[in-house]
Amino acid sequence: MGTVMHAIEKILAKACGRERVKTGEIVSARVDFAEINDLYLQTVYSFREMGGEKVWDRDRAAFVFDHYAPAPTIRSAKIHSEMRAFAQENNLTYHFDINAGVCHQVMPERGVICPGMIIVATDSHTTTHGAFGAFGTGVGATDMATLLISGELWFRVPEIIEIRIEGVPPKGVYAKDVILSILGRIKADGAVYKAIDFTGSYVEQLDVPGRMTICNMAVEMGAKTAYMQPNRKVLDYVQKRAVKPFEVQYTDEDFAYGESHLFDISGLAPQLALPHSVDNVVPLTDAEPVRVNQGFIGACTGGRVEDMEAAANILRGRKIPDYVRLVVIPASAEVMRECMDKGLLQALMDAGATVSTPGCGPCLGAHEGVIAPGEVCITASNRNFPGRMGSTEADIYLASPATVAASVLGGRITDPRTVM
Amino acid sequence: MQTKLTGKAVVLGDNIDTDQIYPGRYLELVDPQEIGSHCLEGVDPAIAPGFEKGGVIVAGRNFGCGSSREHAPIALINMGVGVILADSFARIFFRNAINLGLPLVICKGVGQKVQSGQSIEVDLAEGVSKILETGEVLPCEKMGEHAMGILEAGGIKPLFRAKMGKK
Repeated sequence: MGTVMHAIEKILAKACGRERVKTGEIVSARVDFAEINDLYLQTVYSFREMGGEKVWDRDRAAFVFDHYAPAPTIRSAKIHSEMRAFAQENNLTYHFDINAGVCHQVMPERGVICPGMIIVATDSHTTTHGAFGAFGTGVGATDMATLLISGELWFRVPEIIEIRIEGVPPKGVYAKDVILSILGRIKADGAVYKAIDFTGSYVEQLDVPGRMTICNMAVEMGAKTAYMQPNRKVLDYVQKRAVKPFEVQYTDEDFAYGESHLFDISGLAPQLALPHSVDNVVPLTDAEPVRVNQGFIGACTGGRVEDMEAAANILRGRKIPDYVRLVVIPASAEVMRECMDKGLLQALMDAGATVSTPGCGPCLGAHEGVIAPGEVCITASNRNFPGRMGSTEADIYLASPATVAASVLGGRITDPRTVM
Repeated sequence: MQTKLTGKAVVLGDNIDTDQIYPGRYLELVDPQEIGSHCLEGVDPAIAPGFEKGGVIVAGRNFGCGSSREHAPIALINMGVGVILADSFARIFFRNAINLGLPLVICKGVGQKVQSGQSIEVDLAEGVSKILETGEVLPCEKMGEHAMGILEAGGIKPLFRAKMGKK
């Protein structure tokens, strides 16, 4: 005993040049990749305030312009311009400007995210990269600045809890429904400061997009990071993209989790998070058919090809009624091209959808579909906090892309299984 | 660093997320004073204009959940918050606040015990707080050594400059 370790602990131990790490101790770890998005100009200011001169490694840090892409205001344009200057001064190898997409999508596509790596980004949804067997975690601007100077960051070694997901979801039930049902039970503070390892037969066979959706929302339970042991589908994805060699870590048999929660999804219904909290979750079968003004399909949670496909399969050949709108934003340029090749965007536009530039857009109420007071939005993104997508007097419901499509089609919150 | 702080309480609920602390529509602002003027606008726009310097935010569980935006602690500091007491704090917010020198104290059940407007005395070194009007003692967790070290240095920026051998 004492030598049994989780893959997450092995990743941390390796990054601080040690044999092992203990839960609760504070360690300084070398970071494999750092990403700064365009809300965090303060990173550049903090970097200079601390006397930073050069980014520690030009291959390991990049900006992604996604929250304000393309710039909707003069102020955000100025943020981009100051960041571009900093990136050029530091001669950064990778740069993702307004033509790229959402950071958590474009980084894996570009091959900078691989199993066994430590990824730190100025975005809470950095837990997404657990989908690839990487340690991903979000930080603020000043933490990021210390990292850009030193290449290291302090971490408290987290307690690791297991969420085991067994079974095959019924038709009309997606990864988004699975994670919403988990949130409903574990709650918004159920994993604060902890790491979540998603295991079980469902995870073992799950594709890359589904894995990303689930790990993405681990942070909505407060988790520091999420993890899924890479499967064949993950290895196929990263092997053809990886820009550096990588090493998959494995959890030792007999590892004892801090907690273990079992979810059987065999009979799961589509799920809905009601305003104004991510953990206020009910099965759609118990939900009121509330009138909706806008649907949104996109962002780091629900903007991948498979998400657009689920929506297009419902909306193809049909019409969204007048006075109801659907905003569709593919998560990246690569996703957008593939959606075009498959005719998905055309099908969605024929049904009446508005398609916008890859980026985060309305998820955080920045632009490209902000909500008015008194309006109701149903969204495939990740947060329904008051004011998140615009007015604090709007109501936001979280659901799968299929449920969003079915709901805008009917003008009311609708179970997608009734229109498939 | 001052380890004993006193201020008037503003009591908030559970799961106060960073969108409520600092709404997304202001994320393009960079001036700290301007950022502070929008603090807690997602909870109640009347809080910031009437906030007394050195005031104490009292909250329930999971304060600061959601986005990693550093604007949230920047807004709280520039609105004049001296210290925050809560049942628990979200992780990224915790790091951000400590890095900027804003003390956070875990104090179980504090949201039920304190009323807005009461004066609270917080002793960071001892891990104990008191409602001055009633004398009620609020047991708190002592801050961890690592976080206390950053606070004592006045935040991570001076600490880091010193580490790099700069003034």
